[in-house]
Amino acid sequence: MQAATFNPTQTSLVPRLLIGLAVALTLLIVVAPLVYIFARAFGEGWRVYAENLLNPATLHAVWLTTITALIVVPVNIAFGISAAWVVARFRFPGRSLLVTAIEIPFSISPIIAGICYLLLYGRQGLLGPWLADNDLQVMFALPGIVLVTMFVTAPFVAREVLPLMQAQGSDQEQAAVTLGASGWQVFRRVTLPNIKWALLYGAVLCTARAVGEFGGVSVVSGNIRGQTNTLPLHVELLFNDLNATGAFAAASVLTLLALVALVAKTVLEARKAR
Amino acid sequence: MTIAISSLTKSFGPTHVLRGIDLGIEAGELVALLGPSGSGKTTLLKIIAGLDWPDAGALAVDGQDWLALPAQKRRIGFVFQSYALFPHMTVRDNIAFGLTVRPRAERPGKSVIAARVDQLLGLLQIPHLADRFPTQLSGGQRQRVALGRALAIEPSVLLLDEPFGALDAAIRRDLRRWLREVHEATKSTTIFVTHDQEEAFEMADRVVVMGEGRIEQIGTADQIHDHPASPFVARFMGAVVELPVALRAGRVEAAGLDASALERRAMADGPARLFLRPDAIALEPDAASPWVLSHKASNGAVIRATLRREDGTELPVDLLRHSAPEVTLGAAYRLRPLTGAVFSAEGAAQSGGPSPLPLLKEHRK
Ligand SMILES: Nc1ncnc2c1ncn2[C@@H]1O[C@H](COP(=O)(O)OP(=O)(O)OP(=O)(O)O)[C@@H](O)[C@H]1O
Ligand SMILES: [Mg+2]
Repeated sequence: MQAATFNPTQTSLVPRLLIGLAVALTLLIVVAPLVYIFARAFGEGWRVYAENLLNPATLHAVWLTTITALIVVPVNIAFGISAAWVVARFRFPGRSLLVTAIEIPFSISPIIAGICYLLLYGRQGLLGPWLADNDLQVMFALPGIVLVTMFVTAPFVAREVLPLMQAQGSDQEQAAVTLGASGWQVFRRVTLPNIKWALLYGAVLCTARAVGEFGGVSVVSGNIRGQTNTLPLHVELLFNDLNATGAFAAASVLTLLALVALVAKTVLEARKAR
Repeated sequence: MTIAISSLTKSFGPTHVLRGIDLGIEAGELVALLGPSGSGKTTLLKIIAGLDWPDAGALAVDGQDWLALPAQKRRIGFVFQSYALFPHMTVRDNIAFGLTVRPRAERPGKSVIAARVDQLLGLLQIPHLADRFPTQLSGGQRQRVALGRALAIEPSVLLLDEPFGALDAAIRRDLRRWLREVHEATKSTTIFVTHDQEEAFEMADRVVVMGEGRIEQIGTADQIHDHPASPFVARFMGAVVELPVALRAGRVEAAGLDASALERRAMADGPARLFLRPDAIALEPDAASPWVLSHKASNGAVIRATLRREDGTELPVDLLRHSAPEVTLGAAYRLRPLTGAVFSAEGAAQSGGPSPLPLLKEHRK
């Protein structure tokens, strides 16, 4: 092939068209709805917006979502680091099975996870009678919401951290050990600095997903207003009540969180690439 | 510190990596572990360091059982082939690491650590690099930092895994001399792994030749060169020319071979194999010899001649271009080995090899 095939006068039209198409689609599909959320939320003025937000049921939903994220994200960080470490450092039977298992939540619809938990822990479920005897409420309560959210977000940290740990290898850790470092010192001073940015990146993704999770949680939460309603569920509830302004106000909180996560993610991505 | 290793074995699943290692190392000695890839050198080093455990055997240092001692407590200076520097720490912090992780009660003060690091940077000849990060260093500089980090804890034993593996020839030569000097200065018992014979012989007091998980021979450069203990060692030392010969009254005989320069050996008559280095063979014109010069190429200093027999067997001979007599293509030559090793035919087949057989006086240039 000759260089002449790449003649700029011939090719400039196609890229321009494609770029224009991409921009137009992004505006139409992503930006427009976002703008619309805020436009509707503030459509009746600040006062109405604030009133809607300060509604006790909405506040409770915000609180429930926050609590869920506060429990899920640290647990996921701990799980992600341990799983990645085990997989990166050891050869054992079933190792590749574990890698696949960690990724399962990515390929399973969250609603199926919710149903599985319901069948396991629900009143008619496998563990239901035992839980009832011991007066433990898992379904239609916080534990169920936390469990399902944990399942759905399980891969985020492990997936980000694993490749780095594999690339780092165990030489640095072994060197630290021969220099007299204890297990904790090795982790804190050698392993952790290496995975720091990837870890934060995974945590941000995990938080965003934990806050936004709808499908799985809607199965196990029972949608009890002011009790087991997380923010995404609450948005739907308000919408079904035909309270559009309230729904958009609640949605704007979620959107804002998502935007913060997006910025954090972009910053971390740049750090991670260094 | 004296190291005593006895009957050490180690397998990874079905592969036997160490098959009974016995080795004693004196305090202050510099020993090289020499062997081809996969012979178990790194594995042995890691066991000494406490980063791996043997299946059976004993490891004692100054009489203390080290297999019962965790790696952290052994005070080992281990230099990895990959250097394994901590990428997020400066050179200074890398070197200080071993001192800063000590328990509070034993940890030297900040100023003491700084002074120690400065002293090491001087010894390593890299004081100007103190505040750089490992990614900003060349391979040779990283090597020095890795060594400095290991020396900072005043190790009882220094273990180096192919310390110069990734460097180019000129830097290797410099670093070798420099490492020798560091060893003279610190006098720490040192074991280093290499698969470069020249490096091993130039640096070490004693060389341990390993092959497939066994120690094939321990000795000085001359001993190993002149009296290889097994066909494996002979081949590994460069005696790549193997000839089937007959032993009669201690003399080696074969068509086209003039073994008069080789010593008689105390071996039973019968078939044997002769191992020769290509550079320890002289050629003499002999029309009756089956060996015909089929090819020659010069690299300026050495002429590599290829001799061919009618059955298609070929063997290489290296002649010094300025001192060896002229040779002509197509002419027949008799081989006159200056030195060589003989092993009985059945011994040569297995690489474990029989007891060492005496060889000839030093004839090498
Ligand atoms: N963790 C492990 N799991 C399985 N096999 C291993 C492991 N470590 C080493 N081996 C095997 O043990 C054998 C010896 O390895 P070792 O690293 O000790 O060789 P070496 O002499 O250092 O070689 P090289 O010169 O290539 O570094 C090799 O066959 C290797 O495949
Ligand atoms: Mg090795």
